[in-house]
Amino acid sequence: MNDNEAIRSGFEAYTEGVEKSLGKFPERKKKFVTGSNAPVERLYTPLDLEGRDYLADQGFPGSYPFTRGVQNTLYRGRFWTMRQYAGFATAEESNKRYKYLLEQGQTGLSVAFDLPTQIGYDSDHPLSQGEVGKVGVAIDSLADMEILFDGIPLDKVSTSMTINAPASVLLAMYIAVAEKQGVTPDKLNGTIQNDILKEYVARGTYIFPPAPSMRLITDIFEYCSKEVPNWNTISISGYHIREAGSTAVQEVAFTLADGVAYVEAAVKAGLDVDEFAPRLSFFFNSHNDLFEEVAKFRAARRVWARIMKERFGAKNPKSWMLRFHTQTAGSTLTAQQPDNNVVRVTLQALAAVLGGTQSLHTNSKDEALALPTEDSVRVALRTQQIIAYESGAAETVDPLAGSYYVETLTNRIEEGAWDYIRKIDSLGGAVKAIENGYVQQEIQDAAYTYQMDVEAGERIVVGLNKFQVKESAPEGLLKVDPAVGKLQEKKLAELRGKRDAEAVRKSLADLKTAAQGSDNLMPRILEAVRRYATLGEICDVLRGVFGEYQQKVVL
Amino acid sequence: MDRKIRVLVAKPGLDGHDRGAKVIARALRDAGMEVVYTGLRQTPEQIVQAAIQEDADVIALSILSGAHNHLFPRVMELLSEKGVNDVLVIGGGVIPEDDIPFLKKAGIAEIFGPGTPTKATIDFIRANLKR
Repeated sequence: MNDNEAIRSGFEAYTEGVEKSLGKFPERKKKFVTGSNAPVERLYTPLDLEGRDYLADQGFPGSYPFTRGVQNTLYRGRFWTMRQYAGFATAEESNKRYKYLLEQGQTGLSVAFDLPTQIGYDSDHPLSQGEVGKVGVAIDSLADMEILFDGIPLDKVSTSMTINAPASVLLAMYIAVAEKQGVTPDKLNGTIQNDILKEYVARGTYIFPPAPSMRLITDIFEYCSKEVPNWNTISISGYHIREAGSTAVQEVAFTLADGVAYVEAAVKAGLDVDEFAPRLSFFFNSHNDLFEEVAKFRAARRVWARIMKERFGAKNPKSWMLRFHTQTAGSTLTAQQPDNNVVRVTLQALAAVLGGTQSLHTNSKDEALALPTEDSVRVALRTQQIIAYESGAAETVDPLAGSYYVETLTNRIEEGAWDYIRKIDSLGGAVKAIENGYVQQEIQDAAYTYQMDVEAGERIVVGLNKFQVKESAPEGLLKVDPAVGKLQEKKLAELRGKRDAEAVRKSLADLKTAAQGSDNLMPRILEAVRRYATLGEICDVLRGVFGEYQQKVVL
Repeated sequence: MDRKIRVLVAKPGLDGHDRGAKVIARALRDAGMEVVYTGLRQTPEQIVQAAIQEDADVIALSILSGAHNHLFPRVMELLSEKGVNDVLVIGGGVIPEDDIPFLKKAGIAEIFGPGTPTKATIDFIRANLKR
C-alpha cells in the first residue's frame, strides 16, 4: 500500500466515525463557507493535493512562479513598508500629519487627495463645493504640492499617491517639487495608482473615456521607464473591487484581467514588455477570512507570473513578479462598537503579512464613522508594529505553505481566476467587459448576496447582527473645517494673480496640440505644472480634446 | 390604485462609493417598488429634475464624501422652489451623528447609517410616504 492509499483508507475510517457521531454531536451548521461563500470541507489532507507538483506549483521564494513570495528572504531582510493612507483639509494640515506619522515610525507616505483633485477640478469649481479637503488633501497647483512635502526630503521617503485619472499631473507636480529640493527624478521612489479601469468598475473617479485614458497610462509607463526608473507607474487595484462587494476570486480575476489590458495597451503602443513590466505593482484588499486571504495573495502571484511569462513572453524575472500593497478591508468595519474594529484589522493585517505583502495600510477603528483621528491612526500603525516585532509571523518565509487547507484554497482561487480571465477574454478583454457592464454585474450580485446573508443572520457580524449593545453616540471624531474650501479659493485667486499668465497660456496651448497628436504628454504636463497651471486648467484642456466618460449604470 | 411606490436612488456629490446605493436599489425593487438609480456625481439640480421627471414618491440620497451638509439641504431647497412638497426624502452613507439634527431640520426625513438592514429602510418608506 502506498502512502496515499493508506491515507485514503484512514480518511474513510475518520469520515465514517464522524458520521456516526453526528447524530449525537451535530455540527454548528449544514454548510460551511469561506468569507467569499466558497465551500469549506471538514478536513483537508494530502489527498486534496494529490497529483500536484511542489516545484511547479510553489517552488521557492524569489523564483517562478513566486507562489511563496517575490523576495527570497522576505521579512527576514526587512519588514514590509508600513504606509498609512492619509490626507485631509489643506496641504499645511496634511504635511503636519505626515511628519507625525514619520516620527511614529511609519516608513513610507501615502497621500489621500480630496475628490475634486481626484476628478480634476480646482477647489473653486462649482462641483467642488462642499467637497474640498473632505476625503483627502486639496491640491490645486504646484504651490500646494510644495507645502504638502515641505521639510520632507523626497530622496529619502517613498510616496504612494492615490490618484488615477489625473495621475500624470500629480506625478509631474511631485517631480517638480523634487527638482526644487535639488532631487533628480532618478532618485524618486513611490507609486501612483493610475489604474483607471477599476475606477469605471468600482471607485468612480474617472474623467476621460477608456481610449485616451489608456494612452495617458502608457505615456506614463514610457516616460518613467526612461526618466523615473524607480517609480511604480501603476498600482493595479483589486482593493476597491473587493470593497464594492466582490468575492476573493473575483478580486484576483478582475484585477489581473485589468493588468492584462494595461500590458496589451502598452505593447500595442510599441513598448517592450520587459521595459515597463517590472514597474507594474498591485494593490489588494485583506478581508476577514484569514486562510482564504492568505491563499488569495499566493494564488494572485502565481497567476500573474504565468500570465507574464506564458502569455506575454516576458523574459526578465522582474516582469513576472507580482509586488503588492495591501489595505485592510474598510467595508468590514462597523459603526457599532467601533473598538471591535481593532481586532478585525489585526486579523486582516496578519493575513496580509502571512500572504507576503510588500506594504500595508491598516485601517483605523473609527473609519466607519469619519476620517480617523491621530490617536486611532497610531493604534492602527501599532497593530502592524506588533505583528512585525512580537507575533513571530515575519520570522520565516510563507509560513502557511504546505497547509493542506491553504494549498487547496490557493489552487481553487487560481482555477476560479483563470475561469473568469478566460470569460473576459471571450468578451473581448477587460475594457469591453467593463463597457458592457459584465464585471460590474458580477460584483453587484456578490455584494447583494452578502447583504442578504447578513440580514438573514446566516453571516454573523459581531456587534451588528449579534451581540449588540446599546451605545451612545461616538465622541471625538475628526471634523474637517468647512472653511477649507474658502481658504483654497483664496489661495487660487492669489496664485492666478501672481503667476506668469503668458507662460501658463502657452504651456496649456502646447499641451492641447500634443493631446491632439500622439506625442508623449508627460513633458508637456510637466512644463504646464512648472508654470503653475492649475490641475483644473490642465484637465480642462484634456477634457476638451478627449471628452468625458459616461458611466454605464447597471442595477 | 395599485400603483407601485416609485423611488429615485441618487448619488449626489463626487464620491464613487455606490455599493450601498446599488444594494438598497435592488432591495427596494425586490420589495416591490419601482426604482431608478441615477448613477454617480449627480448635482442637486439633476436629482430634483430626475425626481420630477420620474414622478418619484421617494428620493433616497446616498453619499460618503462628507459633503452631505452642503448637498442634502440644497436638494430640499430646489424641491420647494419647484413647489414639490409631497416627496419623501431620506439619506444614507457615512454621516456623523452630530450632523443628523441639522439635516432633519432641512427636511430630510431620516438618515440611515452604516449597518442599517435594508428592511429598516423599506419599512420606513412604507410608513412615511407623503402621497
